[in-house]
Amino acid sequence: MTQINVTVDGISYSDEVEPRTLLVHYLREWLGKTGTVVGCDTSNCGACTVHLDGRSVKSCTMLAVQADGHQVTTIEGLAENGQLHPMQQAFHETHALQCGFCTPGMIMQAIDLLKDNPDPSDDEVRLGLEGNLCRCTGYQNIVKAVQTAAKAGGAT
Amino acid sequence: MTVTEERPTTEVGTPRRRKEDQRLVTGRTRWTDNLQLPGMLHLAMVRSPVARAKITSVDVAEARSAPGVLAVITGSDVADIQGSLPNAWPVAEDQKAPPHPAIAVDQVSFAGEIVACVVARSAAEARDASELVDVEYDELPVVLDLAQAAADTELVHPDLGTNVSARWVFDSAEACSGGNVEDAIQEARDGGILIERTYRQQRLIPAFMEPRSVVVDPTGEQTTMWSATQIPHILRLMLALTCDIPESKLRVIAPDVGGGFGGKLQVTPEEVVTLLAARQVGRPCKYTESRSESLMVAHHGRDQIQKLTLAAKQDGTVTGLKVELLADMGAYLGLVTSGVPILGAFMFNAIYKFPAYHFACTNVFTNHAWTDAYRGAGRPEATYAIERLMDELAQEVGADPLEIREKNWIKHEEFPFTTVATLEYDSGNYEAATAKARELFGYDELRKEQAERRERNDPVQLGIGVSTYTEMCGLAPSRVLGALSYAAGGWEHASIRMLASGKVEVVTGSSAHGQGHETAWSQIVADRLGVPFEDVEVLHGDTLVAPKGMDTYGSRSLVIGGIAALRAADKVIEKAKVVAAHMLEASPDDLEFSAGKFTVKGTDKGTGIGDVAFAAFHAHDLPDGFEPSLDAEATMDPDNFSFPHGTHLCAVEVDTETGRTTIRKYVCVDDVGKVINPLIVEGQLHGGVAQGIAQALFEEAVYDESGTLVSGSLTDYLVPSAVDVPSMVTDRTETPSLTNELGVKGVGEAGTIASTPAVVNGIVDALRPYGVSDVPMPCTPHRVWTVLQAAGASGGGAA
Ligand code: FES
Ligand code: FES
Repeated sequence: MTQINVTVDGISYSDEVEPRTLLVHYLREWLGKTGTVVGCDTSNCGACTVHLDGRSVKSCTMLAVQADGHQVTTIEGLAENGQLHPMQQAFHETHALQCGFCTPGMIMQAIDLLKDNPDPSDDEVRLGLEGNLCRCTGYQNIVKAVQTAAKAGGAT
Repeated sequence: MTVTEERPTTEVGTPRRRKEDQRLVTGRTRWTDNLQLPGMLHLAMVRSPVARAKITSVDVAEARSAPGVLAVITGSDVADIQGSLPNAWPVAEDQKAPPHPAIAVDQVSFAGEIVACVVARSAAEARDASELVDVEYDELPVVLDLAQAAADTELVHPDLGTNVSARWVFDSAEACSGGNVEDAIQEARDGGILIERTYRQQRLIPAFMEPRSVVVDPTGEQTTMWSATQIPHILRLMLALTCDIPESKLRVIAPDVGGGFGGKLQVTPEEVVTLLAARQVGRPCKYTESRSESLMVAHHGRDQIQKLTLAAKQDGTVTGLKVELLADMGAYLGLVTSGVPILGAFMFNAIYKFPAYHFACTNVFTNHAWTDAYRGAGRPEATYAIERLMDELAQEVGADPLEIREKNWIKHEEFPFTTVATLEYDSGNYEAATAKARELFGYDELRKEQAERRERNDPVQLGIGVSTYTEMCGLAPSRVLGALSYAAGGWEHASIRMLASGKVEVVTGSSAHGQGHETAWSQIVADRLGVPFEDVEVLHGDTLVAPKGMDTYGSRSLVIGGIAALRAADKVIEKAKVVAAHMLEASPDDLEFSAGKFTVKGTDKGTGIGDVAFAAFHAHDLPDGFEPSLDAEATMDPDNFSFPHGTHLCAVEVDTETGRTTIRKYVCVDDVGKVINPLIVEGQLHGGVAQGIAQALFEEAVYDESGTLVSGSLTDYLVPSAVDVPSMVTDRTETPSLTNELGVKGVGEAGTIASTPAVVNGIVDALRPYGVSDVPMPCTPHRVWTVLQAAGASGGGAA
């Protein structure tokens, strides 16, 4: 067991974890942060994407111990004072989700994408989301959502 | 005239943002795998690494003593209680089906079959211990090739005496719905056009994003199962029958479910095993599959060989179609495995007037994972075949593919039209959808550009793919299902409760996994009852909350379930009218109801439905004999299917030097009848088209010669990402269905059905000058390049 100190969605946690525990399992099973989900076992789907110190990571591809001393933001930590994050709002407005299983990862990745490129072309949006799979939407409205959020200052 | 036209509608037809989004975009979700129950244990499955073998021994001793392990269950432990997984669609009286145990007992028939199950305190401990289970296999020869399987040289299930599960035949001469196809073929041979082709519908994997998960709580009087399923009601009944548990002792909940596409229309071995394990240890148990497991064992789709013969006159008028299918069942029959190809039988004639039609299907066992419903189920396969053939016919005649279609399709004024496959199409306007698509696409300009590229021998050629499809939706009239020997009906149920506060609860038996029922049903009921959209709560997906239902598949929810909700609302209004009349001291006949208010005709005396609900609740002063509550239920069993249709046009660039294909423009104009929520309809089309494109270009479940799934991870099975699918133009025409009060037709499968042939027709069209007349799916660059090389070798070449 290894001691870790992590801040998740603004709350600090101190836990003893098995070194092999994946960050996503720590989030889901220890902290009950079930908004972040697991869609694959080969780092392909991006459903598990969270922010580590403000940058997107696939939380199935990291050990919990690697998050020691870092700040993690999940989909559950995005909305502030009951106000949806502009990216969440844009996904809702443009109908960029159907079953919603890919949505948390997609939103976290999309926010990161706009950080690097606040005014992307449609092709750049598609490229930036390449590591996140959605089976429902055909991506068309997801691209629209990211563009809508970009106009609303979605990187912040 | 429909009733809706008499009432003000403010919700139906508007692009309401979805209610369900709030929880989904904030992570306040209830996926089955989220559940943690007190004392809950975790399961791991031990799966066969080989495709066919006798199990000679299963040694669980080491696993049983591993840390955290409470039980290890083998096939022989549960042989007497696990029953056989159900097949609800015996398509022929003499259909052959092997016993289908949840845990294999003495033999395995495909790679991935469960041979044991470990129950432990944590998922990690269960997985660790599962590796310690020592199974010895005596390997047997595998049967993988469909044609070889049909020849019965090696048997998948020797006890059956054959690999053929069933044959199913339809013949228009016998059904008196058309002529004899052999005559048409003979005539075509003597001076007409005869087109003979064999197409392969490759094996696909539904690949819903949420892996399947199941939790069973055996404590208490009723055993409760949460499952990532499309079919809580059917599952409950089937589990009761399979495991011999009274149905009344089971409750099934489908909480948030992350996509299905037919892939979660199943009664799975994992559900049965989790149920048995939980009952054995007396504690809640959870099993969540990994993606690799999901790709390997969650049922696959398609996998057919289609032998086709199309007969036509010299001018391109089709005189007959003969279809001979070989359909891969895989190793077992799942819930509707055997019926999937039969659903296609009604769709090969598509939107056309064919005078003669013959369909014969042979269902065959192999040592693959079993197939079953996948978005469209039988209809995409049929549509692909006929739309490819119509292009071949156009080529043969030397006519434009759209012209050939128009020559053969059912004209708008000819509806209602009974097809050669005996379905009655109530409505349709193929002319309007095609004209609109043509214009949006810029058909003539693109044809011009194509000619120029051909002329200058451009290494990047342009192809134009056409697909004019229809489908049968709203599965299904119960009597039709009965005639097709399906074990259940096709009705749907809804109930509506007006609460004391005037809020409304709508309970529907059809539960969504992405389709937006909560929003659409709210729109329908809000309009009907004249209450705010926000005041309607839609409840579903729990057999305790919504006790009756037939669940979600086959583009049926709105067409049947939505109409059930509408009818329940009408019954509520009828009831409320009696109370309102009493309150207003008028006769019910003198009342009219509009925008949520009862008024006495010709006066301004009136009362809102909310006040009526409160009066019905406190019951202080109700008409004699009126039961104090304001609720009603309705069950809708349709008289007919609905028939959405549309025209999809796809411009594809093909690099003849590399085989690379790029979709440059995709336009679809679909007619799904009246639209409740255009946003949802568009979304369904986007996703559907992407899935159809995926079949055309990317996806294939590939096995090696030993029967191991090679495309067993998302690295190898190419579910398209955002860079792989194009942006598309969607538009609509609106020809209302005449078979239901709302004029709706269903939209869940349309995009997938239409887009695959549109893309492949485009690719073939680009390569016609090279003498290419087919590219097998998926049309990967390598395949396209190989086909081009072969065509070049046989003397083809650009014009
Ligand atoms: S769960 Fe699929 S990438 Fe992390
Ligand atoms: S919304 Fe279902 S996977 Fe993206």
